[in-house]
Amino acid sequence: MKVLIIVPAFNEEGNIKSVIKSIREVSLDIDIIVINDCSTDNTEAVAKSLNVDVISLPLNLGIGGAVQTGFQYAYNNNYDIAIQIDGDGQHNPKYIKELIGPLSKGDADVVNGSRFIDKKGFQSKFFRRLGIRFFQLLINILVRCNITDSTSGFRAYNTKAIELLKDRYPIDFPEPEAIIILKKRKFRIIEVPVEMENRAAGISSISTFKSIYYMVKVTISIIVEFLRSNNG
Amino acid sequence: MDKIQIVLIVVSVLFILFVLRLTKKNKLREGYSLIWFFLGFIVLFFSVFRGLIDPLAAFAGIKVAPFIIIPFLIFVTFLLGMHFSIIISKLSEENKKLIQEVALLKNRIEKFEIGSNSKE
Repeated sequence: MKVLIIVPAFNEEGNIKSVIKSIREVSLDIDIIVINDCSTDNTEAVAKSLNVDVISLPLNLGIGGAVQTGFQYAYNNNYDIAIQIDGDGQHNPKYIKELIGPLSKGDADVVNGSRFIDKKGFQSKFFRRLGIRFFQLLINILVRCNITDSTSGFRAYNTKAIELLKDRYPIDFPEPEAIIILKKRKFRIIEVPVEMENRAAGISSISTFKSIYYMVKVTISIIVEFLRSNNG
Repeated sequence: MDKIQIVLIVVSVLFILFVLRLTKKNKLREGYSLIWFFLGFIVLFFSVFRGLIDPLAAFAGIKVAPFIIIPFLIFVTFLLGMHFSIIISKLSEENKKLIQEVALLKNRIEKFEIGSNSKE
């Protein structure tokens, strides 16, 4: 099985090295592609010095556009599985095997890493958790699917899912909306417990200031995506 | 004919000629010039047939006829804003695809270059 780890990175020169190292500690038999989202720091040079393949976007697209580029790369190079691991060190690569498991057995098309099943590791702030609860409820009502951690980007996708998402993936705050895109087309999504870390260095892309905008935008996106026709 | 009527006729004709010139010089696409031609001709039409404003205002329930310009302008401004939002959305989607394609190609070229260098 050809497995690709997609590492979206925007100004992560301080984190990218340890992320790559910990992925390689898990397995040397998986390919890594860093999607450098037009960083203004040395992310690209640091990644290249570690001998990883880097795709550098000529302009900043945001997390959705970056991850989608990874899907396109995975599709063009016939990977069986693509896993997103953020460049900020939030996602602990030791769970890669758990994410791959259901895909290789054919039990699911997408496996979502959730920090709220075993409630271990960094649990996020109260209001963020409240927001995630709200999305859980909304997604459950719309597509009848219980996703405890819809904002998690720590996911594994099979070929079928890669093929869909390479053409259709939201540009900003993509994770909750992607659940709807997949679920509406009857993709099987299951969750496995993972631990997440609070980011080690740098600043998170979602500040408190943006969080209200985030909630409103994602809620509208989820509803609109639900109403959208599958081919449109 | 009032002074204001003459001024409006001249201004709207100049405006239409200006839009025509921009379109001819390829500074404005034909598709996007339509809405401006439309606006120019409406102003020209009502400056020439000024009498038509009164029945129109009466129909809309506006007592002072010239005030009909206000809802009209608000409507046109909204329409234009929507028009641009749609165009920008389309452009940014196309832009995203181009950026991704360029990045993927750049990555492939780098690999080919490394491959051909190691053969030499």
